Amino acid sequence: MVPELGQIALMLALCLALAQCFFGFVGAQRRDAVWMSVVRPAATAQFLFVGVAFVVLAVSFLRDDFSLRYVAENSNTALPWPYKIAAVWGAHEGSLLLWTMILAIWTVAVASFSRRLPLEFVARVLAVMGLVSIGFLTFMLSVSDPFTRLLPPPLQGRDLNPLLQDPGMVGHPPMLYMGYVGLSVAFAFAVAALLGGKMDSTWARWSKPWTIVAWLFLTLGITLGSWWSYYVLGWGGWWFWDPVENASFMPWLAATALIHSLSVTEKRGTFKSWTALLAITAFSLSLLGTFLVRSGILISVHSFASDPRRGIFVLVLIAILSGGALTLYSWRAHKLVSEQGFKPLSRETFLLLNNVFLVVAAAAILLGTLYPLIIAALGLGQISVGPPYFNSVFAPLIIPLILLMGIGPYVYWKFDNVRRLVKQLRWIVVVAIAACIVAAIAVWGQAPVFTVVGIVTGLWLLVGVAAIPVVRWRRHLPFSRGVLGMIFAHLGIAFVVLGVFVTTSLSMAKDVTLAQGGSTVLHGYRFSFDGMTQVTGPNYKGVQARIVVTRDGKPITVMYPEKLVYVEQQSDSTKAAIDPGLFHDLYVALGQPVGDNEWSMRFQYKPFVRFIWLGGLVMVLGGLLAASDRRYRKEVRVRNADLAGASLAADKN
Amino acid sequence: MWRYFIPIALIVLLMAFFWRGLYLNPGVVDSPLIGKPVPAFSLPAVADGSPPLTSEDFKGHVSVLNVWATWCIPCREESATLVQFSKSKLVPVYGLLYKDQRQDAEQWLQEKGNPYQLDGFDPKGQVALNWGVYGVPETFVVDANGVIRKKYVGPLTDSIVKDSLIPLVNSLNQEKP
Repeated sequence: MVPELGQIALMLALCLALAQCFFGFVGAQRRDAVWMSVVRPAATAQFLFVGVAFVVLAVSFLRDDFSLRYVAENSNTALPWPYKIAAVWGAHEGSLLLWTMILAIWTVAVASFSRRLPLEFVARVLAVMGLVSIGFLTFMLSVSDPFTRLLPPPLQGRDLNPLLQDPGMVGHPPMLYMGYVGLSVAFAFAVAALLGGKMDSTWARWSKPWTIVAWLFLTLGITLGSWWSYYVLGWGGWWFWDPVENASFMPWLAATALIHSLSVTEKRGTFKSWTALLAITAFSLSLLGTFLVRSGILISVHSFASDPRRGIFVLVLIAILSGGALTLYSWRAHKLVSEQGFKPLSRETFLLLNNVFLVVAAAAILLGTLYPLIIAALGLGQISVGPPYFNSVFAPLIIPLILLMGIGPYVYWKFDNVRRLVKQLRWIVVVAIAACIVAAIAVWGQAPVFTVVGIVTGLWLLVGVAAIPVVRWRRHLPFSRGVLGMIFAHLGIAFVVLGVFVTTSLSMAKDVTLAQGGSTVLHGYRFSFDGMTQVTGPNYKGVQARIVVTRDGKPITVMYPEKLVYVEQQSDSTKAAIDPGLFHDLYVALGQPVGDNEWSMRFQYKPFVRFIWLGGLVMVLGGLLAASDRRYRKEVRVRNADLAGASLAADKN
Repeated sequence: MWRYFIPIALIVLLMAFFWRGLYLNPGVVDSPLIGKPVPAFSLPAVADGSPPLTSEDFKGHVSVLNVWATWCIPCREESATLVQFSKSKLVPVYGLLYKDQRQDAEQWLQEKGNPYQLDGFDPKGQVALNWGVYGVPETFVVDANGVIRKKYVGPLTDSIVKDSLIPLVNSLNQEKP
């Protein structure tokens, strides 16, 4: 009986979403305060009912209720309880429920932190979010119901996919969805502003903190995903340009562009129609990501049994939401042209270039991800597009962007002159170039020229960012959280760039087959295979190797790579052993047994790989600081005009 | 202002491709080995004492090779279909056990029925590599001259067997070797 309650809760949530959408749009159009006042309570109630459905599903997992088909397919009595919770979003139906749940959270957050906004605007924003919610609730109730019964119930469930039975994977989807769905707020703000016909710097100031929060969750999600694939997939890679990864990376690029474009709209009142377009694009890319992942249209050829109706459903949803928003845009955007101009050398130009590079990079990834599909749809055959394409297209777009990032924050808004800029930057440039020369000499010959360029670019940015506080401090400029946030976010990018290029160019790997007692040497480290033990867990069994690592005869560490077989799923999972360090990781993964006593193993030395995820975390910190800047915080009484003036003055560094 | 219509035009185009793409079978990936002779190999049988599987077994008649493993979940879905197809005795069905354990495989075949006339054991996946296998299950159709004619990626279903595999095998059977 309990699961049916979940289903009923979803139906009620759908009714409330319909009310939220209808009263929001029509109420705002009729300027009817009573109708519009329905919207906020409807959003809260909708959140409660989706929450009930979510709890019901989680409880069904905890109680091993295998009479639910979804539970039977994704859980097992022996599964540890934290994974039973994580299994709620371990497959299609449940991840849609999580999506809807997170959308409801964002909607309630918008409803409660928007007291100062005009009611008409809030009504439209919540109506748009209600429309998104209607789409996903209908999707669940029609073709992806997590509460479908399986009768008679099996005695044991099929267990969660072993790849997902990992702490990194527990947090990855919720974070990513927080980011995906969070972009719906910026989308809703843009659509509401287009509908209302008024889009100004106040609109940008309202949109920006929401966009930053969505962006930081997206950053966190992608970072977690990368870290997870590094230690679970077993070959030490941290990014594969897999369609699923690209699906999360494209919205990230668009959101990053959006944050910068919102800055221009907020400070200078320009770029309005472009900002609106980016807001629509960023969320459309999130929906596209959902479509790609959920329809199975592009997933590697070995993920089977996806239901074509699901793909059609998401496609129709994209047609309504993105298609509708873009139609509105093409109809209204010409009204948004502003008279504010700027000179070729100005902050605006740099931010414009930032947007151009980011959007082109996102478009290039989109093209690569969809190319096989387009070719197949045209009947030209089957091809696949892999990392060689993405690396060779993405790097040349990102390297100039990062070079510009080193200078951009120093350039004045509206206009600047070369002489002043040169005077201000000369020492920074000297230090940066010196650092770059030293680094280039240090790695020259060991790495391809292309990655040396990458390392140098990262250092350039690092010096450029590190000098910002020095310059501001000497000129007695304030450190608002917005400025600190920018510094940290850019610092994070510098870390990621350094991590990516150093680890790509200087990593070492060795595949060997070792018998017990055998050893191999990699980069001065001796790895000795000390023996194999059996391990058993609640729902798996497997083997664990003991690898003793020494350097120049001195013991360094002992590593225990594992190979596990999950009993119910009958699939194996490689748990690599990693000896982490800030500047390098040692990495051992078990391959296949060869003969009775020998095992093939892969040993890796990976310098600076931690910087990739460290950089991600530093970016998240930057996002937190920027989103909590004084001018966005609730308790500050807003004097819009004053504040706009004040922030302009403050930022004229 | 026509330029404001570019985004909507782009998304409409994109949607058209998606719409088309949804009706394409993502499992049909043309193998570069189609039209090439079977790579030379020889594999021991899965069951002790059974004859080995070699490239010679593909000469003189149409044959089907199924690449499988006990750890492969879609293979379980496929198993019944394959057993039924094998019972039709239309053509010999061979198996290639990919990166797996002998005991597990024998147990599986006892439980679910053995569709394979010959079943090669490829624990390291070396031979499978030469066949261009990059996942399991995959199924190859080889003509009487030992030339690979078709590859199915993913599990065979009753409808694939009925609508594609059987007609293909019938037409190949009529070709002169």
